[in-house]
Amino acid sequence: MMRSESRAFSQEQFRARVRFVLVLLVLTALTLLARAVQLQFVEQDFLEKQGDARYTRIAKISAVRGSIYDRNGEALAASTPVDSVWASPPELIRAADQFPRLAEALNRDKKWLEQLVTSNLNREFIYLVRHMRPSDAQQVAELKIPGVYLLREYQRFYPAGEVTGHVLGFTKKYDDIGQEGLELAYDHSLGAEPGAKRVIQDRYGRTVEDIESIRPPRPGAPLITSIDLRIQYLAYRELKAAVQQHNAKAGSVVVLDVDTGEVLAMANQPAYNPNDRDQVSPARYRNRAATDIFEPGSSIKPFIAAAALASGRYHSDSIIDTSPGFVKVGVNTFRDRTNLGPVSLTTIISKSSNVGMAKLALSLPPDLIYETLRGFGFGQVTGSGFPGESAGLLNHHSHWKRIGTASISFGYGVSVTALQLAHAYAILGAGGIRRPVTLRRVDEPVVGERVIDARVAAEMLRMMESVVSEEGTGNRAALVGYRVAGKTGTAWKAENGGYSTHKYMAVFAGVVPASRPKLAAVVVIDEPSGQKYYGGEVAAPVFANIMAGALRLLGVPPDGLEQLPETTLVQAHRGL
Amino acid sequence: MSYQVLASSRTQRTLTGTARLLFALHLDGPLFVGLCLIGAVGSIVIFSASGQSFSYLEAQLIRFGLGMVAMVALAQVPPRVIRTATPWVYLTGLALLVLVMVSGDIAMGAQRWLDLGLVRFQPSEIMKLAVPLACAWYLHERPLPPNSITVLLLLLAIGIPTLLIAEQPDLGTALLVACSGAMVLLLAGLQLRYIGAMIALLVPTAFVAWQFFLHDYQKQRVLTFLDPQSDPLGAGYHIIQSQIAIGSGGVFGKGYLNGSQAQLEFLPERSTDFVFAVIGEEWGLIGLLTVIALYLFVIGRALYLSTTAQDTFARLSAGALSLTFCVYVFVNTGMVTGLLPVVGVPLPFISYGGTAMVTLMAGFGILMSLCAKRRLVGR
Repeated sequence: MMRSESRAFSQEQFRARVRFVLVLLVLTALTLLARAVQLQFVEQDFLEKQGDARYTRIAKISAVRGSIYDRNGEALAASTPVDSVWASPPELIRAADQFPRLAEALNRDKKWLEQLVTSNLNREFIYLVRHMRPSDAQQVAELKIPGVYLLREYQRFYPAGEVTGHVLGFTKKYDDIGQEGLELAYDHSLGAEPGAKRVIQDRYGRTVEDIESIRPPRPGAPLITSIDLRIQYLAYRELKAAVQQHNAKAGSVVVLDVDTGEVLAMANQPAYNPNDRDQVSPARYRNRAATDIFEPGSSIKPFIAAAALASGRYHSDSIIDTSPGFVKVGVNTFRDRTNLGPVSLTTIISKSSNVGMAKLALSLPPDLIYETLRGFGFGQVTGSGFPGESAGLLNHHSHWKRIGTASISFGYGVSVTALQLAHAYAILGAGGIRRPVTLRRVDEPVVGERVIDARVAAEMLRMMESVVSEEGTGNRAALVGYRVAGKTGTAWKAENGGYSTHKYMAVFAGVVPASRPKLAAVVVIDEPSGQKYYGGEVAAPVFANIMAGALRLLGVPPDGLEQLPETTLVQAHRGL
Repeated sequence: MSYQVLASSRTQRTLTGTARLLFALHLDGPLFVGLCLIGAVGSIVIFSASGQSFSYLEAQLIRFGLGMVAMVALAQVPPRVIRTATPWVYLTGLALLVLVMVSGDIAMGAQRWLDLGLVRFQPSEIMKLAVPLACAWYLHERPLPPNSITVLLLLLAIGIPTLLIAEQPDLGTALLVACSGAMVLLLAGLQLRYIGAMIALLVPTAFVAWQFFLHDYQKQRVLTFLDPQSDPLGAGYHIIQSQIAIGSGGVFGKGYLNGSQAQLEFLPERSTDFVFAVIGEEWGLIGLLTVIALYLFVIGRALYLSTTAQDTFARLSAGALSLTFCVYVFVNTGMVTGLLPVVGVPLPFISYGGTAMVTLMAGFGILMSLCAKRRLVGR
């Protein structure tokens, strides 16, 4: 009885309670409904915008920096795609258990990673690894660790490495911004302008879909240089061998196209590999051929002689008495190696007589010498546009006095760069027409301006040919089948306010073929410290080797076949 | 006494073949259909919420199948057996909880799992069923509404497993276990003064819990619930993202597989606790309402069944089990929509994984067994 009463009671109670609960249930459901309406109807616009902001991003479209080519289309510098891995430390720290896997994928130490992330928690962006191979970076991305992202970048690569290092220069290590050389000089055209686009990204920063382009990327314009990689390589190789052979401190070679003023080759020692600069001291980055000045010594003599010819008072056979082998100018005495006696102007050039040149120069009006030298480009930049190119030093003639005039006549008290000297020889080779030096390929004929009479230039070339004759100081510059016009130079290096008596600059400058010059080249060897140090011994063979190859490569017809037996002997002699 | 012949010849004639089968298996037709519908919706949603993973879909279907098997099997167990077994299951569950405290595996920073060699399972799952059944068992032969000593004993029976689970720490399950027990008290006609007293006690209890029992991450959850923007990239991220996902769905949704927040993985826990937000984003308000309606139908039907049960134990157990299911649904949806703090409660039959699916199905199996209209065969 008691039991059934209880049951009846509880059943009634139970139904009431269920009704009560149902009311609560309906109220709860209504609350939820109201909330859903609030979110999806009232606040929909706001929340949708918030949502879009989560996954739409303005993404950079990276653009490739322009490549650099040699005149024949060989790539000298190119940008290859790489990926940089970056992270948002506050996000990444939440995936701290993934650090070992991440460190492994990055090929880095786990402790290093922990240290890097924990010490940068207040930053939103840190690079983990720059410039990974895209395939390696993809493995990192596949870990799908929140807070780790990839960034497409480009790395500059220089296929010719050391050979073109100084001419091309390089870009900043991680950014495509030119820092040295042509990369710097033509940065405005080589440099790319990244574009922008709106994209959908997932939470891991991977782009899922492109929506629209905001700004198209502008890739950098290619640069076609005047360099001929084949000649450049030849110049580099010969220079390096000579610098090693003579245990020299440094060296430079410049090869110009006489007809256009184009730089076909420009090499220096010591060199560096632009692809791996970490281990090299920045001193090696210097393109000495354009930036470093030196006193040209006897290699300036043809231009003094040209001034003499231009004066109309001298010709190549004019006799100048060099006896007794020295000349006093004020308190200074200048000497020749031997007393040559009365000799022709040609012999003064071929034997490189300082006494003869000093007497010649002193007999000329200083302004004529000055203007002639200016005309050949001394004391001015060549117009190559190479960053940091030096203008050399040429004082105005009003400061010269007699001692100055005499010194300049054999190349002291005046400074040049190798590039400048090559330019001057190119002007001579072009029959007195001056064309600006350029590092870009020239496809149109260059008009240029006349700086000296064509007849004078032709006469100078003939005189300079005698330098390379068997009796001349530059006989080691002679070539098989080609006539060579050039001049040696061996200058004491300026040191401590005076001149060193055992440190030399060995120079050879010249043009080939002498009958109708195509190439002008300068070889400078800085401080050869072997037994040989004369320009004719150290620099002239380098000149000959480079020119022999270059003329063949360029298909220049030989003009000196009648001298074949003689020069063959010289060649054989040099080979020893 | 518990069995009653309920054989109206008229109703039997109209039963279809399927219904005959369901009847024979002691399964309630409408409830069964409702659960299958939710399961089907769940499988469709999981495919999208998992980033279109067939392996997720497969695992979800397998789990649903396992749940079905558990439900059908438990529906065959006679109510008398269930009633007799209840105290023993409760005590075993309690013992296992203690065992877990001593030697359980630690997964995801919480000590919940018991390794039985072949399978690992969470004893706390048993308690979701055992606690309401035990409460109903304790009350079924006592005068109702319960007197104060009975209430106190029951509070102990609920409180001990709740605290053990909360200490693991698994706040979500602890909450569900506590609720399932409380539901029995509520349905047993607990006087309003007790209810009032409990609500009055809530404030000091909450204070004590905050001071001594809650873990830092649990406190953090409550704090971020109150102000999600205080840590938008950290603890508040879940709340903000799920509201954005739901809100950006609008009335009609972005379309199946087109929810950008879900598909692009901006929505965290998209296939588990926050799957409701995926429904909101892809199917919009319409989808949310449909899913809620399905749940309400199931809850309503289950409650109705409980009122038709023939004895106190069956009524209280069935009612409590239905309401526990109801707590699941509304705690999860409330959390995902930002009405409640983030507690780890899955959306029943839709959220991926967990033993919750099987446990819930088992609960419905028990409910169907207790409330089945049975013929007395061979008597």
